[in-house]
Amino acid sequence: MLKGIDRYLNKTTQAAPLAVFRVLFGFMMFFSIVRFWANGWIDKLYVQPKFFFSYYGFEWVKPIGDYTYIIFIVCGIASLLVALGYKYRLAIIVFFLSFTYIELMDKTTYLNHYYFISCVAFLMIFLPANVYFSIDALKKPLNAFNTIPKWTVDSIKLMLGIVYFYAGLAKLNSDWLVHAMPLKIWLPSKYDLPFLGDLMQQQWLHYTFSYTGAIYDLTIPFLLLYKPTRWLAFTLVVIFHILTRVLFPIGMFPYIMIVSTLIFFDPSFHQSIINFISRILGCEPSKNTASSKITTYRFNNSISLPVVTVFFIVQLLFPWRYLAYPNELFWTEEGYRFSWRVMLMEKAGYAQFKIKNKETGEQFLVDNTDFLTPFQEKQMSTQPDFILQYAHYLGNHFAAQGHKNIAVYVESYVALNGRLSQPFINPETDLMLQKESFLPKNWILPFNHNIKGL
Amino acid sequence: MRFLQVSVLLITIFTSIVACSSDNDTPQDEGDNFDRGTMLVNWADNIIIPAYTNFNLKATALEASTAQFTANPTAENLQLLRSAWKDSYVSFQNVSMFEIGKAEELRFRNRLNVYPANTDQIENFISSGDYDFALPSTIDKQGFPALDYMLNGLAENDTEIIQFYTTNANSEGYRNYLLALSESISSLSNAVLDSWINGYRDTFVANTSSSASGAVDKLTNDYIFYFEKSLRAGKVGIPAGVFSAETLPQNVEAYYKKDISKELLLEAIAASQNFFNGKSFDGNENGPGFNTYLNYLNTIKNGENLGDLINSQFAVAKTKANELNPNLAQQIETDNFKMLETYDELQRLVILMKVDMVQAFDVSIDYIDSDGD
Repeated sequence: MLKGIDRYLNKTTQAAPLAVFRVLFGFMMFFSIVRFWANGWIDKLYVQPKFFFSYYGFEWVKPIGDYTYIIFIVCGIASLLVALGYKYRLAIIVFFLSFTYIELMDKTTYLNHYYFISCVAFLMIFLPANVYFSIDALKKPLNAFNTIPKWTVDSIKLMLGIVYFYAGLAKLNSDWLVHAMPLKIWLPSKYDLPFLGDLMQQQWLHYTFSYTGAIYDLTIPFLLLYKPTRWLAFTLVVIFHILTRVLFPIGMFPYIMIVSTLIFFDPSFHQSIINFISRILGCEPSKNTASSKITTYRFNNSISLPVVTVFFIVQLLFPWRYLAYPNELFWTEEGYRFSWRVMLMEKAGYAQFKIKNKETGEQFLVDNTDFLTPFQEKQMSTQPDFILQYAHYLGNHFAAQGHKNIAVYVESYVALNGRLSQPFINPETDLMLQKESFLPKNWILPFNHNIKGL
Repeated sequence: MRFLQVSVLLITIFTSIVACSSDNDTPQDEGDNFDRGTMLVNWADNIIIPAYTNFNLKATALEASTAQFTANPTAENLQLLRSAWKDSYVSFQNVSMFEIGKAEELRFRNRLNVYPANTDQIENFISSGDYDFALPSTIDKQGFPALDYMLNGLAENDTEIIQFYTTNANSEGYRNYLLALSESISSLSNAVLDSWINGYRDTFVANTSSSASGAVDKLTNDYIFYFEKSLRAGKVGIPAGVFSAETLPQNVEAYYKKDISKELLLEAIAASQNFFNGKSFDGNENGPGFNTYLNYLNTIKNGENLGDLINSQFAVAKTKANELNPNLAQQIETDNFKMLETYDELQRLVILMKVDMVQAFDVSIDYIDSDGD
């Protein structure tokens, strides 16, 4: 066993796949940042709001007013440097930190895609993605290598495999498989698609999409790994992500996933990409090859492998943390995020906050639009941790205005996957007395339905 | 060579994605699915345009009565003007929810019905004679609430009110302001109706897109926003003190007229329910609307019949509102509990519409176009 592991760790492969991945990832990220900026989202999401929803433990991560743009500039430059492979280690660290900082600024904008980017960026800090076809390799031929440990390329594949497979596992529940929810809500609203509009109304289509979606997610990593099915798998990847792009507003993610899965192809495939680009750039492909006698990259530190190992152990275990909570995961969302639960729920909510003077009994209701953007209000109204943080913000806000003995209550309703709305948070609970923690939130009212499955 | 194949494949894909995801405006509902185009036609031709036409008649009459009164400020003309004001105010309740197109551009609702009126500023405007109703800062100095003050709130009795327009040192200023108010209402009403008749109707009906800029999504959002903010909060919640430490009876609609605030509320609730049911403005026919759309979606979903739930909740809310004093300010001062009860029933409607109905339609409640999962 140990021998087997040792043998595996000593296996080498060509450096081209990881180099191509680095180039494509870097440019994709650069383009994503430019797109985010061009759409005016920096201003809309991070400059204009008065209040931001923090992740537990990361309350210190906040937008910095107009200077927030600088973080995006830094992130954009870092992604370009990653693509070019110039001062790679520093560039990828800066990219990881700046990108993750942006994501932590406001959990309103949480997307699994962004988490995926942070995970890959973190992983890439420890991978020799710049030893080949990079400015670093060109400038310092001593640091250029033709082959690298095989596990470094495999770690990217494993990351992608986890994303797909866990997303597939998350679909194994009664809402998705028995009721074809939430696709039954989402697809009929796409009535205006050319050719597909009428089809989107059909129940059989909702079920077909649900089942093929689950099967796709669960099997695609294996189909990509197995050489005879690789082309089929890649075609499926392309079709699947195009469909999601056409049906749902998911921005850059489909492109990123399509491009990322190229890593599963043979090194020769990536070498031809490199040759092609080299020809366009007018430089000799042979220039990229290592000039030193040692052609295999060796880690000169002992932390990379242990860090990557721990990283993957956490990746494999973290999505299961929801099992430690007693209530329905979709209802309380305790342990929902950072678990590759993608497009699983349609949740709509309404939260009306009440500020009460505990001594005099005087009370009044809060107009959420005074404090939150429509997007924030929408996200807040269905997620308990948002509701709690906002309640504390309101309590402190009105205390600063001179109100005394403040208690904050919320009357809230949530509809989940097409069920009729029902009360969400206990309206008798003074949220000012509740603290955020990883413990189960007993002030969430019970969900009156049963969703079976993982 | 494989690389070339992939490149060609990827380029084809990326262009087709871009081509497919661009908005497509051609209505093409021929199958057995719900026809949003027909719903939009019903809304435009049988509800919105007739409602605006009716309102425009009343607004024109209001302007004429104002001209008559300012030319000849008698007690009789004051009564006629008040009655024209009330007629148009009631009619306005049927168009206030359609803040889309020209109305949205002109901020129609804000310019016609922000209350309480800022009476100190109105007096300043009158004495200076310098005002521009197009400025956003003047919304609480114009429209029906400002007219309410000018016709009912200047003094305790009619004789004294008329004196402002006759013997007052600045009677000309008062007459001019009154005229300007009515003219402004009438010209705004004209502009909106004109836009619907000359072009906007076709744009609206053709915009069957399912995006946030599609007509169904937009008007659904407008309707719910109106119901939540203007009807539930504005007419009932705010004056009943729901959003403040004390009650605010002076914040009821038509505060100075005193006895029509309940009537305006009932009219607004009825108009909202009629629109929900796609009921034509002039007749009694129910056409395609939210209710039929919900019924259609329920054939897919097999859940509770949301349309029925909403209609029965409308009935409950109406019953509660009916029990109120004709003067809501008085109701608040004598027995605010009844106001709060009415508020609660309207609130239940907001939840059914904003949470359940919006989920069923898969309408995004906000206009933010950021990425989703």
